[in-house]
Amino acid sequence: MSAAAPLAALDAEVARVLRRHAGRGWWACMAVAVALCVVLVVAIGVLLVRGVGIWGIDMPVAWGFAIINYVWWIGIGMAGTFISAALALTRQRWRTSLSRYAEAMTVFAVATSGLFPILHLGRPWLFYWLTPYPNRMGLWPQWRSALVWDFFAIAAYLAVSILYFYSGLIPDLAQLRDRASTRRRARFYGVLALGWRGEARHWRRLDTLSAVFAALAVPLVFSVHSMVALDFSEALVPGWHSTLFPPFFVAGALLSGFAMALLLGVPMRRWLGLESLITGRHLDMLARITLAAGLVVAYGYATELFFAFYGGDRYEIAVMRQRMGGAYGWVFWTMLACNVGGLQALWFGAVRRTPWALATVGGLLVLGMWLERFMLIVTSLYHGFLPGSWGMYYPTRWDWMLLAGSVGLFAALFLLFVRLLPTVSLHEMRRQLLREGTPG
Amino acid sequence: MSAPRVHGLLASFANGEGLLAAVRSLVNEGVDGIQAYAPCPVDGLAEALAPRPSRLPRAALAGGVLGGGGTFALQLYSAVYAYPINVGGRPDASWPMFLPPALEMALLGAALAAFVAMLWGNGLPQLFHPLFGMARFERASRDGYFMVFPCPDDPVERDAVRERLHALGAGTIEQVPA
Repeated sequence: MSAAAPLAALDAEVARVLRRHAGRGWWACMAVAVALCVVLVVAIGVLLVRGVGIWGIDMPVAWGFAIINYVWWIGIGMAGTFISAALALTRQRWRTSLSRYAEAMTVFAVATSGLFPILHLGRPWLFYWLTPYPNRMGLWPQWRSALVWDFFAIAAYLAVSILYFYSGLIPDLAQLRDRASTRRRARFYGVLALGWRGEARHWRRLDTLSAVFAALAVPLVFSVHSMVALDFSEALVPGWHSTLFPPFFVAGALLSGFAMALLLGVPMRRWLGLESLITGRHLDMLARITLAAGLVVAYGYATELFFAFYGGDRYEIAVMRQRMGGAYGWVFWTMLACNVGGLQALWFGAVRRTPWALATVGGLLVLGMWLERFMLIVTSLYHGFLPGSWGMYYPTRWDWMLLAGSVGLFAALFLLFVRLLPTVSLHEMRRQLLREGTPG
Repeated sequence: MSAPRVHGLLASFANGEGLLAAVRSLVNEGVDGIQAYAPCPVDGLAEALAPRPSRLPRAALAGGVLGGGGTFALQLYSAVYAYPINVGGRPDASWPMFLPPALEMALLGAALAAFVAMLWGNGLPQLFHPLFGMARFERASRDGYFMVFPCPDDPVERDAVRERLHALGAGTIEQVPA
């Protein structure tokens, strides 16, 4: 394959970003996203005034949509860094096309997820009490709590993924600065590019930086989502108290993130005309790695069930029975249909070569992973140890508004990214094309 | 009145291989202070200009030790001296429980230090540079390959340098005002 078409596509991508008008399609999507953001603002505003009583949470189910959404979003935010870092360390060249938009997806998903634990606190304006600082009350965080660990994990992960994303962007921002036609844009990109000129020694330092970041990011991805899992498994609640949780959660996070990358990547590459950069082979590889992560998750479901019965603890067994046949049984079976059933479509080459089919499977998996978080949280809590502490959980409209609003926030951020920045790493792709003649 | 000061001679090359060959032969002759610009890394170019690899990984290590060790020490201080709480008879200095935040902060510290080291080493941010005044240099971020040769003040020597650069395959050669 000749490198001329993809090289021209790189120039076209820069020209697209620098175009004066965004186009009607973009504005239509942005209008929907902004409308959902308004919903989010209203839902948060009312929450701040009236408190968490507006949500469906109560005893015994005291963790509801806020925690479900948090775990779901942060899981989605694991894949971008994994694609960039782990696939870079293992020299998987097909990552070059996917890394930029996957990293953007990561940053926005983690930022969105970070809202929820804070809102869940009840008095969100005191969230800074989680940070260790000398204060008049003489209080310090409880370091033995997984919730405090989680706070540190999210903060570190958000900061590192922003640095990772930004440092890879600097040379591309310089190119936008040099090609901008208006002074305002040249200034905007120029300030962000920090005066990058592309000197050989500067390139080498940036290369070293990205290798260091990759080496740091892989353990970070695994540890951050393990901390999320420890929020659950540190408690004695049946259905949560399991050593399986950290690896099971990491696999689930990667599955939901890869699925979101498929769901976003397929329409994006079509609408922006990126077919020569994000080729069918890239989607095929992404589908394969999704399948691999999904099979680990399916193994996790099987192990969870097996150990409940093999361990013989009556409360564990009761939770598993309730999950499959209780009031929320439909959640369990729908989740299995999506995450295990729908996933199997990816075995077929015909599906992996059909973009819309991949986007459909991606959507099913993203939905399935949300249901999995619902199942893990609600069905473990709604039947306590004693029948006196049994009760149902019904989300209110404020819960739904918060979920829809968070989707809107993520979409708005992603649309801004698509408008303002190149969706493929220009310098990495150029190097790859000059070296090998193919986009990977 | 003195002549206008000159930053260097800006020579363009057709591709990375041409630039690399020219840089190598000049460095072999013992020329100092050459800069080479490319839209993406060219294998061997940085090594030809500066054989010593960057010390950025050491900065990352230092940042990691500082971040992780500092967080661990902070936890120890707060849990043992500042605010000891008896949770079910566990020891105040229950250090295994202090490892997760220390790990996260070690990774964050290493990443921050590496990023700052990259900016520091590259002299960024630097929003003004003589090269930004050159219209041609705008191609450097896209598809242009350039060398900046430290320019001698003597016009005769300068012409000799121009000759030499042309012989090495340079296309256009321009003077960059300082």
